[in-house]
Parts: sequence; C-alpha cells; structure tokens
Amino acid sequence: MSLRATTSQTVGPFFSIGLSSLKQDNLVGEGVSGERVTIAGRVLDGDGKPVPDALIETWQANAHGKYDHPEDTQSKKLEAGFKGFGRILTDGNGTFRFTTVKPGQVPGPDNNMQAPHIAVSVFARGLERRLVTRIYFPDEPSNSSDFALNLVESTRRETLIAKKSTGESGVLEWNVILQGPGETVFFDCGL
Amino acid sequence: MWKLAGYRRPYPGTQPNHLHLPYVSSIKRAPTKPLVYLPHTLSEITGPVFGQNSVDVKACDLTRQHSGEPLGERIVVSGRVLDEDGRPVPHTLVEIWQANAAGRYLHKLDAHDAPLDPNFTGCGQTLTDSEGRYRFVTIRPGEYPWTNHHNAWRPSHIHFSLFGPAFATRLVTQMFFPGDPLIPFDPIFNCTADEKARNRLISLFDWETTIPSQALGYRFDIVLSGREATPMESPK
Repeated sequence: MSLRATTSQTVGPFFSIGLSSLKQDNLVGEGVSGERVTIAGRVLDGDGKPVPDALIETWQANAHGKYDHPEDTQSKKLEAGFKGFGRILTDGNGTFRFTTVKPGQVPGPDNNMQAPHIAVSVFARGLERRLVTRIYFPDEPSNSSDFALNLVESTRRETLIAKKSTGESGVLEWNVILQGPGETVFFDCGL
Repeated sequence: MWKLAGYRRPYPGTQPNHLHLPYVSSIKRAPTKPLVYLPHTLSEITGPVFGQNSVDVKACDLTRQHSGEPLGERIVVSGRVLDEDGRPVPHTLVEIWQANAAGRYLHKLDAHDAPLDPNFTGCGQTLTDSEGRYRFVTIRPGEYPWTNHHNAWRPSHIHFSLFGPAFATRLVTQMFFPGDPLIPFDPIFNCTADEKARNRLISLFDWETTIPSQALGYRFDIVLSGREATPMESPK
C-alpha cells in the first residue's frame, strides 16, 4: 500500500489558541548537566519587519550528545530533566528567547560526528510549509568539519551560527530572516 | 558503521510551494533562495515523544471545557494517522484549534465582528491509540472573512498539528468540510498544485461515527511521511 503524505497548510495567525499549552522556553529541568545557554533573536520578513505571529520549535540532544528517543541507540546517558523539545512563540516585536543546554555532538553521515546543533522548525502565517533550519554555536572547532554546514555556500553559512550577544553576557543571538539580504539558510528536510 | 533509514521526500506537486502569489501573506515571508537538501541524520529521524501526561484526557472534547455547552452544530471528527505505507502511527500527539460556530477565534488579533462564545475555546489535544486512531468532539467552525483580497472568505476548517515519530515527520495542516462552496476560492487550500492532494484535505461525512440525535461524524485520515527502505548495512 502506498499513500501520499497529507498536504501541509499554514498555521495561520491564531495558532496560539491550539499550540500554547505545550509552550516550552526553558528546556532545562532539575539536575541537568551541561553548559546553560540562552538563545534570543527575532523573526523578520522580506521588508525587515518583525513577524509577531511566528512559532519556533527546537529539537536537540542533551549535553552528552544523546537524543531522548527510542531510535537513538548510542550508549550515552539520558537525563530525566531534559527532553530536548522547545516551543516558543514570537512576541509583538517578533522576538523569541529560550534557555537550554549546549548539545553534545551526535553522529552524522559516514559516522563522522556533527558539530553541536539544534534542529529548528519555523511556522507562521504566510508559510504554507514549515521552514527547517539549524542553530550552531560560535567558537566551536567542529563547525569547520560539520557535514550540514559544508552543504551551504560559505557566504551564507554564518546565518546558521549564533553569535555572542554584545549586550547580555551568556546570551547567544540568532535571527531568522525569512527572505532578502541575509536570508537564513533553510533546509529541504522533506515535509 | 552506523547507517540510518531516513524518511521519504514528498511526491512532486503534493506539497505547497512556499511562494503562492494569491496568498498575499506568503509574498514577504517565503524564502527566495533555494532550500539546501539535507540528508536525514540522527537529528532528523528522532523527535519529541509526548506521553499521556502531556495531554489532559478531557482535551479531546471541545464541547465540555466550560460550564455550559457551546453554540453551534456538534460534530465528531475522527480518523487514523498512518504513514505512507499504510501503517498506523500509534501514540502520537494531535493538536487542533478552530474558530467558533460564528466564525470567530478566541484570539486578541481576530477582528471579525462576530460573537465570541463563552463556552468555547476552540483548542483540543489527544494521542492516537495503538492503531493510530484519534477522535475529537467539537462544533462545526463557521466560515469567516479575511483581508487577503476583496470579499475574501475562509471556508470552514480545523487546524491540525502532528509530530509523528521524528523531526522529519512534523506536519501542520487544515481539515475542510465536504460540499463547502468556498473551498475552490480559498488561496490557502489552492497553494498545492496536485488536485488530488488538495482534495484529501476535505473530510468525508461518515455515518459510522455519527451519533444519533447528537452529532454528525466527519472522517479525516492523516498520512505522515513514510520510511525509506532500511539500508543494507546493519548497525554495529
């Protein structure tokens, strides 16, 4: 039997009604190990205007590089206080902010380790399909050999790497530019 | 060597393009640069797992969330969540949201001049059972005007959000109602080139789930991306 995946449709402007109950902007529970990071930024449209009705979802491994999922069979430790899922709604200024731990490295193609990264989905009115991107970390030596970063032309790679905030210590800044100059790299991940 | 089976890519034409000029909101929000093809890794074949503790068991009945009954036509919306091989997707989270019977969302930015219903929030959640089945009781949402173009009206619809087993299977969609005259004029519905794929967003009237003297039944099956064949090399 062969079926076709259901067609995606936009979340529209009113998704907060249905998607707020699982809002998660602090992923770090009790007793979780690893370096705490707060990632903050804005979602901007092609005119540079803030997108006040965007939804950011994040998925990541814990600090040991282990996903809390049955298909991650690595013999690394899970931590009860860390599930790895974030869901953040942008505010009226198009800003979002969440706190997590820096993920450990996970395997990629040909068993080469990937650089620490967070998988991201962006949903909004006007987007009939989600946009998939990744957040990487600054000053991370493994970035240079990361397979996904190397799929991207070098001039656009920096859109995937968070920057240390100049204003706030301990905060990383990462923006989503939906289109135009500085457009964030989005991946074709299937649906 | 560790090889992983990824998830299948959509069949051409069955998913919307990011830019669809008749849907005005897409014009300044759709990316203009080509997407970069990402092979699936452990990061994409895993994803959040939601257990029974994430979901209030009463959240699947949108007509019982307040002291009184909401206005409008009670309906049962049910179906199965399957993958592209027809296998059920068990114990997966389904979230829905919708307008009330008058076509008004409980949202501060909904400016439509139609009444709110104090007995209706318009938000539901459930997990599929071991055979991928889900069921909601709700009221039929009203059509409503929007500002996309002159005399623009959205057909009745319910928003659905699903995770499936992996980051790669995440899906947000909308369910429509059979016979709704507004469907062929809806730029959001029309974003997808493949007519059959579009029409699968229209639920089917269903006698089997209709409750006598209570509620009409609508059936809406949802298909998530299927798995690619397992690579020959076995994990060590």
